[in-house]
Formats: sequence, C-alpha cells, structure tokens
Amino acid sequence: MRILVAMSGGVDSSVVAARLVDEGHEVIGATLQLYDSRESTKKGACCAGRDIHDARRVADRLGIPHYVIDAERRFHDSVIGTFADAYAAGETPVPCVACNQGVKFTDLLGMARDLGVDAMATGHYVRRVDGPDGVEMHRPVDAGRDQSWFLFATTRDQLDFLRFPLGDMPDKAAVRAEAERFGLAVAAKPDSQDLCFVTDGSYAGLVEKLRPDVMGGGEIVDQSGHVVGQHEGVTRYTVGQSRRLGNAAMRDGARQMVVGIEPASRRVVIGPRAQAVAHTLMLRDMNWLVPPPGPQGMRCAVQIRAREAARPATVWQAAGNGARVELDDGAVPAPGQACVMYDGTRVLGGGFIRRAEAVQAGSEGKAAS
Amino acid sequence: MNTRRDSLTYLDANASEPLRAQALTAMVSAAGVVGNPSSVHRAGRAARAVLETAREDLATLFGVAAENCVLTSGGTEANVLAITGQAQGRRVLVGATEHDAVRGAVRAQVVPVRPDGVLEHGALERMLAADGGTPALVCVMLANNETGVINPVREIAALCHAHGALVHVDAVQAAGRIPFSIGELGADSIAISGHKFGGPKGAGALLLAGSRFHALTPLLAGGGQEQGRRGGTPALPAIAGMAAAARMAVSDMAQQAGRLATWRDRIEAAAVAAGAQVCGESAPRLANTTSLLLPGRRAQTQLIALDMAGYCVSAGSACSSGKVTRSHVLDAMGFGDDAGCAIRVSLPWSVTQGQVDGFIAAYTAMAARLPALQAGAA
Repeated sequence: MRILVAMSGGVDSSVVAARLVDEGHEVIGATLQLYDSRESTKKGACCAGRDIHDARRVADRLGIPHYVIDAERRFHDSVIGTFADAYAAGETPVPCVACNQGVKFTDLLGMARDLGVDAMATGHYVRRVDGPDGVEMHRPVDAGRDQSWFLFATTRDQLDFLRFPLGDMPDKAAVRAEAERFGLAVAAKPDSQDLCFVTDGSYAGLVEKLRPDVMGGGEIVDQSGHVVGQHEGVTRYTVGQSRRLGNAAMRDGARQMVVGIEPASRRVVIGPRAQAVAHTLMLRDMNWLVPPPGPQGMRCAVQIRAREAARPATVWQAAGNGARVELDDGAVPAPGQACVMYDGTRVLGGGFIRRAEAVQAGSEGKAAS
Repeated sequence: MNTRRDSLTYLDANASEPLRAQALTAMVSAAGVVGNPSSVHRAGRAARAVLETAREDLATLFGVAAENCVLTSGGTEANVLAITGQAQGRRVLVGATEHDAVRGAVRAQVVPVRPDGVLEHGALERMLAADGGTPALVCVMLANNETGVINPVREIAALCHAHGALVHVDAVQAAGRIPFSIGELGADSIAISGHKFGGPKGAGALLLAGSRFHALTPLLAGGGQEQGRRGGTPALPAIAGMAAAARMAVSDMAQQAGRLATWRDRIEAAAVAAGAQVCGESAPRLANTTSLLLPGRRAQTQLIALDMAGYCVSAGSACSSGKVTRSHVLDAMGFGDDAGCAIRVSLPWSVTQGQVDGFIAAYTAMAARLPALQAGAA
C-alpha cells in the first residue's frame, strides 16, 4: 500500500513510519506546521520547529519522502480561535478534538486522498477494527495511553481511510524499544505535554490575548448571587474546580466548587458539590460511529473527561444533531468537554457537553492528544 | 501518479542550477591550492593568482573594473552588502516582487508592480519625488525568481539617476541567462550568485560601478580582505568554480535561450490546455522560467504530486521549515487567493527534450486528477 504518515517528530509517529516501511509499504511522511515555532521552543510540546526537524531526520533515516504542510492559518482559525471563543462563552474546550477533526482528519487526510494514496496512518493510541458491519474504533491495548476520547469526532468515512498501528502496542516502553530497534534518534524523546500551542504555560493568557473582552477580574458569587470573593479572570476557571477560590473555598463547613461561569458579567458561581451534580447531559455536534439510538434509547458507558472511567448511562437522540444522556449516577460535567459513548472497548459516538440551565460541574479537562 | 524513485527530473534551476563540468574541474584544481591568498609567501601568491584570475574573469564578463568585483558568500550577502553599504542617509525603495534577501535587508518603502509583474514606472517616479526629494537607494531585480519577468532596468536607472538616487540591481536570476553589463544597465551595483548559473553553492559577487575604486562599508570587517569591503578568507574553490561557470554560461547563452524558450513555450501551451494560466505572460521573461497557476489547486499539493511522480519544481519561496508559503510575488501582481495556487518550473541548462515531454505528461495528468478546492479554501 501507499500510505501517508502524519509525522509529528515524536517517537510514536516515527515508529509508525518505520514499521510501515519495514512491512514493505510505500510510505510518505507529512508534518503539519501549525504555528510559527520561531517564537518559542517549548520543550515537550508537539509540532514546534525542533519537531519538524526531527520528523525530517527520521524520514531521511527511513529513506522516505517528507513534506512540511503549512496549516498555520487554518489551525489558528479552527483550533486556537474556537478554543478562545469557547472560554469566552464560559466553556472548557478540548482543542485536540478540534485539531484531529479539522486540520488532521479533514485537511491532511483530504490532501492524502487528492494525492491518490491508499491510507493515512497516525501515531494515535486507538484501534481500528474491521467489524461485521464495517470499520470500528476501539480503545487501545495500552489503557494508560488511550486517545479514543480525543478521536470521537472521527467520521466513519475518515476511519475507513485511517490506520493506527500503535493501537496494539502493550505499552510505551515497547514503542520506545521499537524506535531503538529501527535506530531512530527520537527513541528517548520526551512525550508531548499539555496543549502544543500554549508556549508559555498559560492558556489563560493566550485566551485573554485573543479575546480581550474576557480579560480582567470579577466577582465570585454563590448561587443566590451574594458576592463571596474576587477572581482574576473567568478563563482561569472550569466548572467543577475547587482551586483558586480563596476564602470562599469552604462555606458552612462544605467544600465549594465552581458550578457555573458567566462570562458576560465576569462572574464565577460556586456551590457545594452536592448541588453541582447532574444526572442529565445535553450534547451537541454528535458524531455516530454506530446507527443512532431509537426511541427506547441506548444503554452504554459514557466518559465525560479525558482521564476518567466511563460510567453507565442511557443515550437518546436529540434535535439538531444533539443527544440527551441520562447518567445512572450523577456526575459533574463541564460544558465544552466531550462526552464519548462506549460499548466495552468500542467507541459508539460522542458529542460536546452543552451549557444547561441545570447547574453542572466537572473538573479541568485539558490533556494533550 | 506513480512514485518513481529511480527517475528524477530536476526542473528547479532558479533554486540552484546543476553544476557545470567546467566549474567542477576548476573547483577541484583550486581545492588543491594550499595557500591563503593573503599570505606573502610563494604558496600565498599561488592562491592569490587563482583568486584574481577568477575576479578578472567575472569583472570582464559583467563589465566592471576588477577592483570593483567584491567576492561574497552568495547572492544574499551581495544584496545585503549593497544595501546596507550604500543606504546611509538615503531612503530605500524596493520593488514589491523583490527577493526576501532584498526586502528584508532594511526598512524600505515598497514600489508596486503592474499585473504583469513589471515595476510601476509612474509609482516609482512619484515616490522618488516625494519626501522632499531626499536621495534614495532603489533596489530593483533584473529578472524575477518566480515568474522570470524582466524589468526595464535601464529606463528605471535613468529615472532614478535623474532624481539623484542610486540603483542596486539584484541580477541573481539574470546572470548567465540574459546578456547585460553594468554599463548597459546603468546600475550602481549588481548582485550575482554562482550557483544560479552552474557554479557551486557558497560564492557570489557584488559588482560595483565606476572605473575607480568604489568604497563600501563592510558587513564583516575581519582582516580587511576584498580591500576592506568583505573580511574573511575567500572560499577559493567556490569562487574559481563560479568564474568557470560564468564563462561557460555566458558563452552558451544565446544558444541556450533559444532552446529553453521553445520548450518553455511547449510546457505553457500544454499547461494552458490543462486549465492553467501563465503568470506574467505578457511581460518580457527569462527563457527558462514559467509560473503556472491552476486556480483552486493548492501549490503545496501540486508540488507533492509532481515530486511523487519524479519531477522537482517549486512554489512561493521555500522557508527554512520547508513548508510552501504563499507567493508574495503573485500577491503583488494581484492574484489574490490564487497566489497560493501556482508552481514555478525553471528549466536548467542540462534539461533534455525527453524530460520536458515527461513533465508535460505528468503535469497534464496531475491537473486532471487534483480536484479543485472550494472557493476561498486555498
């Protein structure tokens, strides 16, 4: 097969390229330039200038062609811009989902198709399984590196064209051993951490730069509107968080958490956890990898944060490509985060958690993918 | 679109011409010369003789005094030296389609170009007269690297001199491809680069007008080499190779131009039939260069598709990361979003008819295969 490999310059996608070459495929490497890396050289973040250099050197070593694809404008508009907009709307976004969905699996994948290659492979930890009713997405063998939650928005058509050779790897040590075996200089390179485009460690600073309208402090209030403290900016808060509440962290002997964010009035609403728990979630922008549920609903397990176990629930379709999720036991979901449905290891679909009238809560959900 | 790793057709001469055999011979010979041209002993004199012979050859070919041929590391250094060395107290005006080496040298006012890529004479005249007529340094390229469009430098220089301005000409793409001398152009300085006419990478020259010694503030003072205008031990093998390549290119020029123009025209006819438009078509152009714009098809994808088929071409200017950037040249010519949809084909001196035929077939197949993007998605 002729396969285009999305190479980040990290050890995972480098091993993918090496394995496919080793298996006798005709491999073409491509690295997305997502932002101008000359402004910083953040250690451990994906896609910086150093990473492009590393990807190119791996391709040289493997004797495969390699191209750097300019996706700066598109990444800025479709990932960083919407990331900032979501915070400005009081949500906690998952930019890795937007990046996978748009820049990687729409633009790069589209280019791969235009070039007439047979498939596109990435270093994501997820399994693609050819099932009786077509292609399926599953959690990887290495549960510790599961990226299926970040990939729920992959369409069946995209999934059909994609390959994830690392889904079967037992653990990261095995991947590094493969890199050693292939003589790749990136074998010992650190994993990427956090959001690749946040270069100075402060996503809040980036959001405020892009959306100055949300910059500045405001009031921390309880659910009846009484002012109980001050904060330095709504972008520093996620529904469900208990940090940064100062003297308001404990009230009447109960630990308080953020239960709502009102960006227009720059207010952070707090309350006790007991009042923050929700049983019903409304989702938007659903992607189904199985036929959507009928009127009787669908029993499944849902995962509402990047690093958290799935919990039993029933899911129904809702208007406007939405879904309604009834959790068996209450949870504290954060608006803007993903809610992904599973049957065992299989991904059934997912959507983004909407802001609801009912008070919802969750905890910070940013992690790299 | 088959990947043919075994066959490679190089059609990116404006990035770098293939090395000429005469240049390689001269380089090998010069590499065996042990001395430093600045040394007083016999070995030093032998090295100096190689250096000065190369300098005299270049000076003769481009019509300057040998002492006014300053040898540099390449085109960028020659351009930057010309600008920073002559800009003191002057406004700097640069054409909108100039190379990054010139555009980025100093803060400058940008002179617009016409839709065909030629510098706007009227705009230049207004800009020269503006600002109380403060003396200017005007930078204009003889031939554009992306489109091959040739500027009427002689007329531009006359206009500039009438306003007391100096004229620096980036002739990196023109040298060895069209005939000129510094006197014919009326330029005050000219930058050339050895590897753009079949010499090795790493040598260039700044040619300065005048029959008397032309002083210049150096970028690198160093040990005062090049009569105080460019410090550092000269790269003797590269310089000897450059001079040999220049002799060959100039003697071969007329014959090459006829041959390459015929093939370029065939490529353009086939490309137009496949839906392309030729950027700068109506202007005088280099015989070896064509800029082919396929509306709605990203240059990046075209480039990769052709590379996969074994054809090396380029688009925009290659940034250090290797990504394809949108062309500022085509932007300046008013192509809008389509500025990201053109590739440059530049035929090297060594190209064969079979390679040209092969490219035409590969380009036609690519144009038919690549789907056009939605408007605005480029």
